[in-house]
Amino acid sequence: MLPPLEPWMHEASAAEAVVRMACAAAAEHSVAGKIPRVIRIRLVVGESMGYMEESLAFYVRSLGKDSVVEGAVVETRFEKATFRCGSCGTLYERKRFSFACPSCGGEGSLVSTGSKLYIDSIELEE
Amino acid sequence: MGISVTVRKAVYDENDQLAIAINEELAALGLLTVNVLGGAGAGKTSSLIRLIENLADVRTRVIEGDIESDIDTQKLRSLGVEAYQINTGGDCHLNAPMMRAILPKLDLSGGGALFIENIGNLVCPAEFVIGEDIKLLVCSVPEGADKPYKYPTIFARASAVLLNKTDLLPYVPFDLDYFKTGLRALNPDAPLFLVSSLKNEGFAAPAAWMRELLSTRTK
Repeated sequence: MLPPLEPWMHEASAAEAVVRMACAAAAEHSVAGKIPRVIRIRLVVGESMGYMEESLAFYVRSLGKDSVVEGAVVETRFEKATFRCGSCGTLYERKRFSFACPSCGGEGSLVSTGSKLYIDSIELEE
Repeated sequence: MGISVTVRKAVYDENDQLAIAINEELAALGLLTVNVLGGAGAGKTSSLIRLIENLADVRTRVIEGDIESDIDTQKLRSLGVEAYQINTGGDCHLNAPMMRAILPKLDLSGGGALFIENIGNLVCPAEFVIGEDIKLLVCSVPEGADKPYKYPTIFARASAVLLNKTDLLPYVPFDLDYFKTGLRALNPDAPLFLVSSLKNEGFAAPAAWMRELLSTRTK
């Protein structure tokens, strides 16, 4: 059973989509008409998206109840936003409240936004 | 150990696909669709009013997104602006299905611009495309100059930034250089317009920028 579309906050919207997509992916691997249980969901999340790992996992657990996703472990790999210094060319991850280059203090520009959000893979019960 | 199945699919793929379809439909009608973003109280509605005043010869209409109430819609209508309301009832952002549901209620004839004022929030609205051509981000001086550093996604994705309430610059600590440095690191190309909706200052420039985009939409 897929969870209904209801108003939710931030992580809940993502978690709802994760549960729906994991259910759909599991259904594509049905064996003799039986949809396998999802035991693990591997997510890739850009750190700039402002998602909390535990909050995502909480909502997946909550919204996944009574579905093949119930009880699945949620693994989250965070991708950092990266910047390149315009002065010295250093590739770096930002510090809080600054995008300045840690090597020379020059001004960096965004190379990778760290704003991805996707399901990398799921693991199905054999 | 179970069977690993590769998915590699964006979590908001369903939303994104619908948004692409909506954008194509609106573009085919000759419309420029503008997703207006910004924190609560930044002055999204008042900036929109000033922008629309500066685009008096352009057909415009506004979809107002709010968690509750139709205060902004009533305000726009009282000024003669064609406005429609979406109430999300708790959702902190608009999404493509909400747009799909409201579009049949709009008169989309005659080209021009469709503005969609999103929920006041610098986080979630950045993540959902709703069929727009451009994202117009409204910030304001009292919010502080650190916002690009705290909410990088929305600044990285903005097509243009309005810095509103600049009439408060003499009275409120706001390091404009710090704000600009943060914005430029994330988004080197988006124009930054300094405006005051209260004093009706600075809106000719963003209106001219929009006019240029609108000219590419004219059928």
